[in-house]
Amino acid sequence: MRRPILEANNLCVAFNGVKAADGASIAIHDGEFLAIIGPNGSGKTTLLNICTGYIRPVSGSVLLDGNDITRLSPRAIARRGVARAFQIPQLFSAQRVIDNMMLALAATDGLWSVVRPLETAKRREEAMALLGLVGLDGDADRISSTLPEGHRKLLDIAVALALKPRLLLLDEPTSGVSALERFPLMEALMSALRQRRITALFVEHDMDVVARYASRVLVWNAGNIMAEGRPDEVFGNAQVRERVVGVA
Amino acid sequence: MRIILTAAAVLTLAVLPVAAPWLQFVLTLAIAKGFAALGVAVLLRAGLISIGHAMFFAASAYGVAFLAHAGINDLGLLLVLSVLVAALTGAIAGAFLVRYRAIFFAMLNLAVSMVFYALCAKLYGVTGGTDGMPVPIPAVFGIIFAEPAFKSVLFYLSLALMVLVGLAVQRYLDSPLGHALSAVHTNEIRLEYLGIPVWAVLLIAYVISAALAGLGGAISAFAIGRVVPDFAFWTASGHLVLIAVLGGIGGVPGAFIGALFLELLHSAAVTVTDAWNLIVGMALIIVIMFMPQGIYGLFARKEASSP
Ligand SMILES: Nc1ncnc2c1ncn2[C@@H]1O[C@H](COP(=O)(O)OP(=O)(O)OP(=O)(O)O)[C@@H](O)[C@H]1O
Ligand SMILES: [Mg+2]
Repeated sequence: MRRPILEANNLCVAFNGVKAADGASIAIHDGEFLAIIGPNGSGKTTLLNICTGYIRPVSGSVLLDGNDITRLSPRAIARRGVARAFQIPQLFSAQRVIDNMMLALAATDGLWSVVRPLETAKRREEAMALLGLVGLDGDADRISSTLPEGHRKLLDIAVALALKPRLLLLDEPTSGVSALERFPLMEALMSALRQRRITALFVEHDMDVVARYASRVLVWNAGNIMAEGRPDEVFGNAQVRERVVGVA
Repeated sequence: MRIILTAAAVLTLAVLPVAAPWLQFVLTLAIAKGFAALGVAVLLRAGLISIGHAMFFAASAYGVAFLAHAGINDLGLLLVLSVLVAALTGAIAGAFLVRYRAIFFAMLNLAVSMVFYALCAKLYGVTGGTDGMPVPIPAVFGIIFAEPAFKSVLFYLSLALMVLVGLAVQRYLDSPLGHALSAVHTNEIRLEYLGIPVWAVLLIAYVISAALAGLGGAISAFAIGRVVPDFAFWTASGHLVLIAVLGGIGGVPGAFIGALFLELLHSAAVTVTDAWNLIVGMALIIVIMFMPQGIYGLFARKEASSP
């Protein structure tokens, strides 16, 4: 079998005695769209924090392409092609939507060119294309703090895509997005991922979205993996139905 | 529109001393302080308030005095070298200071500048203590001017530098690095996750801001003809923050407009009354309460409403 892109082994983290990761291991392979589901507070966001270097696990390791990245900073991991969209959007709220995008684009090409402006025709075009993908092209010149919550979520995803990652980590991409916009967003996202050959992991509470789009599902519970498999297999599992799907 | 306004303002400044010669010194000092306030304003973009930038102002002014003492006697060379002194001082202080935020950043800048002030005042044998050091009139491209002519040359050079350096700083603020600097204010987590090294963004800004303060200090040294430790005193630093806020946070013209406003107000106030601090205090209250964009905001808003 091929080596996974990202691999986490025996992760342990606790906050004041609450175990957010308790010996969990995951692996994600090239081309996958891996869903992580689980009850609130079960440690899903913590897992993403560990995988991106924001939190150091007490024990365990994270490997990217087989290289240990457990002790690297979020910046170093981002530079290795891992991008993240957050559960609570992390934007430059005082800046325009388009500037958020163009700064992300500049981060990968030409942050240090002081004589050229951030806004170039090429960068603007690229930014507009990505904004179009998430349906925000009409809001390009708005200050991002004035966007409704759901749209800030979309911008956060577009910013992550602008980094041209190999691996994209999405924390509840559809939460805050209206039910009407949810499936169009997922369709657009899936086609972008396929086109750009991006492997992705997403935490999700909407089981319809998971059932329809995930290539594999991990069920997270109390810092560990309770079940794993194709969506239909996982949703067939009685324990999962009761503990996770039933309440969602 | 913006270009016409700027050109008109610069032209007005250029002819003012012809009409009222006493204004030349005031305007030269105002432009010098405008440079230093611009340095403070650059850091304000990142939400960082430095109450210590008079240190770089003074470092460069003392640099001029020492270099002149050492036999360098060319205006251009002295300006360049003294600004480098300020930039280097900024790089050293910045490497340590850019790790801090908010009140810690403000207070540490203040603390470091007070140490610098104390050194300038106490090391009598080196700096002349509170007497300071004289700054002789340098040659300009090999030409030696009498004092009045040199002061005119200095004024018009400052005016030209104001335009050129102002444009360069505007360019920097419009660049990806400039936007990253503003982004430090709103979301450092996202910057990290974009793979952008926040400390490097801040250190570059810090060095640029120190160099700007240094340029102001060097011009002041030439204009006054003497450098004294008071150049580095904390009230001078506070004054720069005041100008930056008065002029409008972030805007390049704002720093100069704020400095001109304050210097002109100063020279008007001290001739008619000794209530200078009262007047400045009132002006600041009015600006902060009713003009959050600063004085520059008045012009900028007008421009925005005219298509
Ligand atoms: N920085 C932190 N400090 C203290 N406790 C934390 C911290 N981060 C997470 N926790 C705790 O760890 C547990 C797991 O949190 P986490 O955010 O990872 O859960 P989650 O699965 O993402 O939940 P949700 O579905 O609500 O987003 C929770 O009990 C949370 O309160
Ligand atoms: Mg979460």
